[in-house]
Amino acid sequence: MDIKEIIKEENIVYKKTSVLTDKVMHYCPGCTHGVVHKLVAEVIEEMGLQEKTIGVSPVGCSVFLYDYIDIDWQEAAHGRAPALATGIKRLMPDKVVFTYQGDGDLAAIGTAETIHACNRDENIVVIFINNGIYGMTGGQMAPTTLPGMKASTCPFGREPGQDGHPLKITEIVAQLPGTTFVTRQACHTPAAVRKTKKVLKKAFENQINKRGTSFVEVVATCNSGWKMSPVKANEWMEENMFPFYPLGDIKDI
Amino acid sequence: MRELKLMKGNEAIAEAAIRCGTDGYFGYPITPQSEVMETLMAEQPWKTTGMVVLQAESEIASINMVYGGAGCGKKVMTSSSSPGISLMQEGLTYIAGAELPCVVVNVVRGGPGLGTIQPAQSDYFQAVKGGGHGDYKLITLAPASVQEMADFVELAFDLAFKYRNPAMILSDGVIGQMMEKVELKPQKPRMTEEEIIEKYGDWATTGKTRNRNRNIITSVELSSENMENFNHKLQAKYKKMQEEEVRYESINCDDAEYLLVAYGSSARICQKTVELARAQGIKVGLLRPITLFPFPEKPIHELAKQTKGILSVEMSAGQMVEDVKLSVNGITPVEHYGRFGGIIPSPAEVLEALKSNFLEG
Ligand SMILES: Cc1ncc(C[n+]2csc(CCOP(=O)(O)OP(=O)(O)O)c2C)c(N)n1
Repeated sequence: MDIKEIIKEENIVYKKTSVLTDKVMHYCPGCTHGVVHKLVAEVIEEMGLQEKTIGVSPVGCSVFLYDYIDIDWQEAAHGRAPALATGIKRLMPDKVVFTYQGDGDLAAIGTAETIHACNRDENIVVIFINNGIYGMTGGQMAPTTLPGMKASTCPFGREPGQDGHPLKITEIVAQLPGTTFVTRQACHTPAAVRKTKKVLKKAFENQINKRGTSFVEVVATCNSGWKMSPVKANEWMEENMFPFYPLGDIKDI
Repeated sequence: MRELKLMKGNEAIAEAAIRCGTDGYFGYPITPQSEVMETLMAEQPWKTTGMVVLQAESEIASINMVYGGAGCGKKVMTSSSSPGISLMQEGLTYIAGAELPCVVVNVVRGGPGLGTIQPAQSDYFQAVKGGGHGDYKLITLAPASVQEMADFVELAFDLAFKYRNPAMILSDGVIGQMMEKVELKPQKPRMTEEEIIEKYGDWATTGKTRNRNRNIITSVELSSENMENFNHKLQAKYKKMQEEEVRYESINCDDAEYLLVAYGSSARICQKTVELARAQGIKVGLLRPITLFPFPEKPIHELAKQTKGILSVEMSAGQMVEDVKLSVNGITPVEHYGRFGGIIPSPAEVLEALKSNFLEG
């Protein structure tokens, strides 16, 4: 059978969304970023938001997110994405605006911008990739690094009391009256991927309905930073990250 | 009909911002410029022109809100005073690197550190030499009156958009706080979304429509070759500004044997010094840079040829004097006179300094 006979419209069971560009992603095999990028692109396509959406990419491994999703983008300084998003959304209230940030970006250097955007009811979506480590700079300790977890700046394991405690920023923003939907998901199984897509869609719908900040955390693997194979990293995440960062909706008004 | 009002420099900034069709202001309170945001909040321009005014959680946030708005092709601005402007340096270098237009007002107070709330001109280097990391420049305008505080808001926006570069209005606590008569321009409409797309649609993030590629506002470039080329592009832009945008005022310079160079409130003081000197038969002129970057190098160099001495007068320990010296390039002696820490020199004091440097001994 010739391949041309197989590739036919009626045989298609899965198709890459056209909102995702053809550029080969720079991520390490096993990284969660690429999966979440795809979900964001699919949600944008399915909701017909390509012409309306402005994304804000962070400093971190996903700095080049603008190469992968075919919408207008602004690239922020480290931690400042929610401030940029505020400026964009306040001046372009009819556009759909989201930030996409790592844990160092969102919960260390950008803590003030994160909390205050969430506290001002900024009508934006914040997507938070929590891999418990600084991926881009080579595996240093992050605000979300677990106690005992090794990183290049805590090579013998994070010691709370000395190195600080892991910060549950998602629980903190859930306390703020400005957030309308706060959830924590993961992408370790096909079911979890589908669930994450569902909450992303809900977050964007909230914005269209002018409901304030929707905050979506995705607990993620960084197998290079964690120095594990992709499969092992997924297992490690389930065993160690999920008990500390339990999955599910934290707030849904 | 002309609209004349008596107001503070800071209030004039706010009024002019509304009237020239500014889309957004983001700021954080600090003395001696808090009247800018206070005036805007009291005027409630969102009810009239649709201008957005927002108090941010810090100057770091306000400059980054400016980044976001500027990236959409909007006319956005912020204002602060020295410690707050230091916090904005990260945002400013990103804005310069992303080639975004915006206006930043610095109503300078004395430093270093928390310093004083009294006026100073000690942020000159920070304003004209870049301020943050990397090779970049801010278009820097120095108002010397409340009228210029008002007029320079629109001028700064025009230059910022012409060059897609951040522009700074470098004022000080004297000009910000003093009251003078000011003529306000009539209200201009803000640009519509369609006009913005028409004018800036090739770069601004207005939403990626089918008929164009996505617009990306960024300053990151990992290829050294591309980064060097981009820097060449920036330098060409700054060179063009130096060739085409120099602004200055010369007072009694035609027959001057001695020259004062001063900007902002120091220039107002030196204007009186010129009168005092001339009453004593000393032929003194004043060159007042209006643009600090681009600096009026050529006019100062030309005047150096006819003068026996040049005194750079600043409310700082001596910053602009370095640019005066570079302009003069050794052809005549250049000295600095400054008071700082919030002290404002008197015209007589400046005359004494001129005499002791060039006329005595
Ligand atoms: C002001 C500033 N400080 C530090 C850095 C260096 N830096 C780049 S990315 C990063 C951390 C990224 O970690 P995270 O936000 O968790 O994202 P990830 O790479 O893991 O996706 C740091 C510290 C920077 N670019 N800017």
